Amino acid sequence: MKSLVVVAGVTVAAFLTIAMLGTAGWSLPPIAAQQHGFRGTGMDQIQTKREAAADQAANQAPAAADPASADGDKAGTTYHNVQVLKDLSTEQFNRVMTSITEWVAPEQGCTYCHNTENMASDDLYQKKVARRMLQMTQAINGEWKEKHVHEAGVTCFTCHRGQPVPKNVWFENPGLTAKGLTEPRNNGQNMASPEVGLASLPYDTLTEFLGKKGLDDNAIRVNATTALPEGKGKSIQDAEKTYGLMMHMSQSLGVNCTYCHNTRAMSQWPQSTPQRVNAWHGIRMVRALNGDYLEPLKGTFPENRLGPNGDVPKIGCGTCHNGQPKPLNGAHVIESYPELAKATASAADAKPQPASPPADAPK
Amino acid sequence: MAMLSFERKYRVRGGTLVGGDLFDFWVGPFFVGFFGVTTLFFAILGTALIVYGAAIGPTWNIWQINIAPPDLKYGLALAPLKEGGLWQIITFCAIGSFVSWALREVEICRKLGIGYHVPFAFGVAIFAYVSLVVIRPFLMGAWGYGFPYGILSHLDWVSNTGYQYLHFHYNPAHMLAVSFFFTTTFALALHGSLILASTNPPKGEVVKTPEHEDTYFRDTIGYSIGTLGIHRLGLFLALSAGFWSAVCIIISGPFWTRGWPEWWGWWLNLPVWR
Repeated sequence: MKSLVVVAGVTVAAFLTIAMLGTAGWSLPPIAAQQHGFRGTGMDQIQTKREAAADQAANQAPAAADPASADGDKAGTTYHNVQVLKDLSTEQFNRVMTSITEWVAPEQGCTYCHNTENMASDDLYQKKVARRMLQMTQAINGEWKEKHVHEAGVTCFTCHRGQPVPKNVWFENPGLTAKGLTEPRNNGQNMASPEVGLASLPYDTLTEFLGKKGLDDNAIRVNATTALPEGKGKSIQDAEKTYGLMMHMSQSLGVNCTYCHNTRAMSQWPQSTPQRVNAWHGIRMVRALNGDYLEPLKGTFPENRLGPNGDVPKIGCGTCHNGQPKPLNGAHVIESYPELAKATASAADAKPQPASPPADAPK
Repeated sequence: MAMLSFERKYRVRGGTLVGGDLFDFWVGPFFVGFFGVTTLFFAILGTALIVYGAAIGPTWNIWQINIAPPDLKYGLALAPLKEGGLWQIITFCAIGSFVSWALREVEICRKLGIGYHVPFAFGVAIFAYVSLVVIRPFLMGAWGYGFPYGILSHLDWVSNTGYQYLHFHYNPAHMLAVSFFFTTTFALALHGSLILASTNPPKGEVVKTPEHEDTYFRDTIGYSIGTLGIHRLGLFLALSAGFWSAVCIIISGPFWTRGWPEWWGWWLNLPVWR
């Protein structure tokens, strides 16, 4: 009997060891040297050369469409119901439409958004969402240029990558919703959730920190500012929520904590890298975009596009970044699409009628 | 120098590894040997270079003196003296003196006709150090991955290097190492308290024997490992702590580049409950 137990134990241990060695996803040298701090501080990005090359290959920006002539009739006069890009020439407008198809719905084609019998109709919800997304793209490249996206800018492809729904969107995560005393509860943590890199940290931190527009600027700050405690301060639970958000940012950008922080003093700006400033604005950008552009689409999306709480799909850092510190290898994707680079006058006109169309809009 | 009455018999000739009789002598109570000379040479040279490094650095504040490794761009080549070259030479001196000291211990073991437990144990500590400044940097392709020599600066390196993997407490080898460190101190506390208790009886009672000690632990936890066994266990626990520490840092970087929490995906993905 005793030897049977030993044999069983050794067998289980052997299988677990094989599974651990074979399926954990170990990597092998050589390592790509990426130093971000003074020598010896350990502020390095850790990636094998193979991983770095694969990342680069998987994030190639598509070639821009050939430029179109600005002459000829405006799109607004040629076509009906053009709201955001009506000041483009017809040729320019068609160029953008073709590019959007390649960026967002290459398999589905024009019919993903358009009713081919009447291209001007807003029958399909996709078209209303696309219009709102055009405005959002313009806002990102305009309002947020200096603060976050700089010369690189974004196009639809930055997030969509040839898919109608970008891979890295998120929903509110209700987790366990215990009602009775006997049901299990987890205090919003311990779920090995991918949002927090499989750690036990609270899994709904994105709702908390990226889902609320105009959140207090100090909401994610948990470090004490005095040497000795002078008040109640933030709780360990708050610190874990912040840690959860930071896990999301690290995973989204494919970087570690030292990309922005010298971890000897996380909160100290003078000891942080310049990237932290960009990230600080990025957090505010994501909050603003979720609040201004995604939330208002609540009535537009059909139910099957909504999350478990009936909330709209929202963006996080990974939606654009897709695991890279600079999306699409830092390519200046907006250079070839000046019409998406800033809010057009006509886009402003379209603002009062956002994605949720008025009740009398053509169905 | 005053010497214990029984000390003279330990001064046995021979047993040296290198140099034959040349350095086989004592200075006061200290055995010299070839490796005693090399230990002194490397230790003095290394210390002098640290002082030189401090002298050309920005501060004499003992906490802030920092002798940093080279930039990553130098790879595994030699760096200019003031840009990490000093660190490279000091590292060479440190390993030279540590290994010399271990080999001197071997010679003493041979003289005394005892096992190599002490040099072996010290060898595990050397292995942990060499893992940090040679093995891992070598695997990652740059000396710059080694830790800097400075009281605060090496702690900053530890912090940042831990955060390179998002949450280092999820590193499985780190878990083992920490567990062994805690168990070592726990075992030492149990053992130390037992010895102090049995050798310091209340007034009027006699010093307790090992049988008494065994009975105490058999009564309280159902088992006593015994007087010899506790020292074997202590050695095993302590060496395991050092060994797994070395493993936990060698795998961080060369063989794992992402957050350590993510490593546990293999467990979550076992076909049993996937």
